[in-house]
Amino acid sequence: MDLIGLVGFNVLVGIGTIALITVGLGVIYGMMKIINLAHGEFMMLGAYATYVSTSHGINIWIAMIIIAPLFVGLVGLVVERCLIRFLYGRMIDTMLATWGLSLGLIGLMTSIFGNDPRGVATPVGSFSIGHYAASLYGVVIIVVALLSLAGLYAMLRFTRYGLIVRATMQNANMAAALGVAPPTIYMSTFALGAALAGLAGGILAPISGVSPVMGSAFIAKAFITVLGGGAAIVTGTSLASALFGFINIIVSFKSTPVIGEVALLVAAVVMIRILPQGITGRFLRRSL
Amino acid sequence: MSVPLLEARNVTMRFGGVAAVQDVNLVLGEVELRCLIGPNGAGKSTFFKILTGQLKPTEGVVLFRGQDITGSHPHVIARLGVGIKTQVPNVFNGLTVREGIGIAAGRKKSLRRARQIVEETMELLQLTAIADRMVGQLAHGQRQWVEIASVLAQEPDLILLDEPAAGMTHEEVLRTADLIREINKKQALVVVEHDMQFIRMIGKTVTVFNRGKILIENQVDAVLADPGVRDVYLGKQAH
Amino acid sequence: MKLKTLPRPRQDAGWGGAIATVVGGLVILFGMPMVTGTFGLLQVTVFAALAIFALAQGFIWGFGGILCFGQSAFLGLGGYAYAIGAMNMTDTTGAVALAVIVPMIFAAGLGYFMFYGRISDAYIGVITLTVTIILFNLINSTSGDIYHIGAAPLGGFNGIPSVPPLNIPGNPDDQLDPTGLWYCAMGALILCYILLKWVLATRFGRVVVAIRENETRAQLLGYDPRLFKLLTFVIGAGISGVAGCLYTNWGAFISPTVFSLTMSAQVIIYVLVGGLGTLIGPILGAVAIQYLITLAGGQHVIDPNLMLGIVLVAFVLLVPQGVAPVIRGSVRRLMPSRSVATPAQAEVSQGASQ
Repeated sequence: MDLIGLVGFNVLVGIGTIALITVGLGVIYGMMKIINLAHGEFMMLGAYATYVSTSHGINIWIAMIIIAPLFVGLVGLVVERCLIRFLYGRMIDTMLATWGLSLGLIGLMTSIFGNDPRGVATPVGSFSIGHYAASLYGVVIIVVALLSLAGLYAMLRFTRYGLIVRATMQNANMAAALGVAPPTIYMSTFALGAALAGLAGGILAPISGVSPVMGSAFIAKAFITVLGGGAAIVTGTSLASALFGFINIIVSFKSTPVIGEVALLVAAVVMIRILPQGITGRFLRRSL
Repeated sequence: MSVPLLEARNVTMRFGGVAAVQDVNLVLGEVELRCLIGPNGAGKSTFFKILTGQLKPTEGVVLFRGQDITGSHPHVIARLGVGIKTQVPNVFNGLTVREGIGIAAGRKKSLRRARQIVEETMELLQLTAIADRMVGQLAHGQRQWVEIASVLAQEPDLILLDEPAAGMTHEEVLRTADLIREINKKQALVVVEHDMQFIRMIGKTVTVFNRGKILIENQVDAVLADPGVRDVYLGKQAH
Repeated sequence: MKLKTLPRPRQDAGWGGAIATVVGGLVILFGMPMVTGTFGLLQVTVFAALAIFALAQGFIWGFGGILCFGQSAFLGLGGYAYAIGAMNMTDTTGAVALAVIVPMIFAAGLGYFMFYGRISDAYIGVITLTVTIILFNLINSTSGDIYHIGAAPLGGFNGIPSVPPLNIPGNPDDQLDPTGLWYCAMGALILCYILLKWVLATRFGRVVVAIRENETRAQLLGYDPRLFKLLTFVIGAGISGVAGCLYTNWGAFISPTVFSLTMSAQVIIYVLVGGLGTLIGPILGAVAIQYLITLAGGQHVIDPNLMLGIVLVAFVLLVPQGVAPVIRGSVRRLMPSRSVATPAQAEVSQGASQ
């Protein structure tokens, strides 16, 4: 009984982690159909922002939840203005250019901080599920993931900005004819996606350790979850994260974490084959 | 009673809530020439896509010489003997005229026979002078002819031409009409066009599409004189 | 040799260019041992191996239109197949065969899964990327004695050391020294180049290019694009396997880093920099970039990843068609007797990069 509770909790944490990793990429892909291969490095920048802030004595929650997203959001803004905006519509070229960006960021951070992983201490302790101890930080991850998805949904559904974003997603030309400037929208959504990646990196920093190459562990999972989720940003990310997170944790539990990772990736590849448009390409098409 | 070359029975194509093609029935004989007319958005190109396998109809059956080809892969249907010049040109921009037509001619034929077909087709369409030019750099009318040449080189029994005269000069239009009559001596054709003069030049039986359905099917003079057809083109709805 | 009867005023340099390239290659093959010693030969041997890797990527991408982000999967499978084969067999000839066949079989399965599943071009990139990551994760976790195939321990992240070097077929004791390995690697490069040039001149090769130009039109002419893409993909995998075998021989060592994202990124950079849509381009790109990496690795001013990143971004933004067409364009301009349509090169490259 306790074991089920523990595994269930771990599944939720796993789902939350994937959702957190994916949501930033989902915003960018959902809006601009851009495959940002530097997403893992945006997370890495968020993790470093958290590390640097905490080593200067800033409260860890502020570092993770405010500083990391803000910093990476700004970086995203700069990247969009200097690189991405020249490549709209050229999907393969954006993949290549963002790959170059990812290599460049890894190189830059290695030059500044060196290769050694840095640590950020976990700010909360553990709690018990029956006989088992579970990390309270898992709760933090679940909560932040839920809040991010809920916040994104609320923004898209209830705010004027969200309405403009949705309109531009559906028909950029029409939105432009109605007075919206699509380039500005793209800029802000890219920055938003980057900020969410930064948030994810900050939140996951205590768990994964901070090193220049940490991003590569996340990129494939995030990608494949975005593609598996489909066009609807919030629903797609949620459903795909749930499915893949579940598979990941259950398989990890039955064998090893590496096999769990492999199972996730294999499941995702198979799913894209069956549903090339992702889950929300077929089900719940009209959702956000 | 011989099997018709092409038969479409109750073909319907729905995209979401919209029926682009509704309950279309059409029979085409061997070596027949049919014109398909109708206003924009009437479903003609969609119908062609169903015939070539690019789309699978929501309902209905398409038979080619009695064989059910509904929803088959485009390359399978092409091999049975269906060729199409699409509305938006589909040509090999990065190949020369000769190479592009060579791809069409070369499937399942000896090198010598393929080369012969290429030369003959280029001559028929007066493309020999530009045989080594890059297709992507040709004028629009020339690209249409290259596409038509590719389709002919395929040696199909049924040729679908979606707006073959689009963007052509008057002289080119006359040549195209002659060409169609020449092709019709041995092969069946279905031609979609908006240019009524052109239809008159080549037309025998005309099928009129409107809003996905067949409005009327008759000899060319009767159709072009029909007030319902005229209304449809002017935007009013026929009864 | 059969001469073409039809003029080919297009992106490739025609038979003249191919002959010049092969002759140049032979000169380098025989000349290199004369101008440099063992250390130098080892350097250029790995350049040759990676050039073969680049040829594979350049073939399937530039001519087949398949953007594979995980070509390193086949490099690695070839390398590991050779290592495992060589440690289990006395004559390495069988191991070489494995190095070619194993990646091809894997590619056949993966290719069937992708191309017959109507997965769009961009997704192929992500799926192949994911597959190489899966392989990396799997092989990386095979430390420990229980993970072995016959006499070969898989070694996990430590890799497989002391891989037996190639021997002359039939003479297991006659193993290749660095000079012999150079001849083998450079010879393989020349042969792969000739093989691919030949494939592109056959009807099959022309259809592959036509499918890249306009898949719809090719389908409407009766060609099944899925089959052609699958075969192209498999050929590319086999050639990458050859590269993997040579790569393993170069260091007598193979490790999971061969499956890394860096390796996959590098081969894409080779092709992009060298010239998409040509065969000589990827070769030049591989040599140039590897040389740059070797130089960069030796200095501490700029991090290699940073440098690679800047190069990739710069090329995507500024020189998308790569170096080879630019060079070829300038060579053509110096020879006014040839009438050529140069914009077609950009068109072809753009068509391939979309």
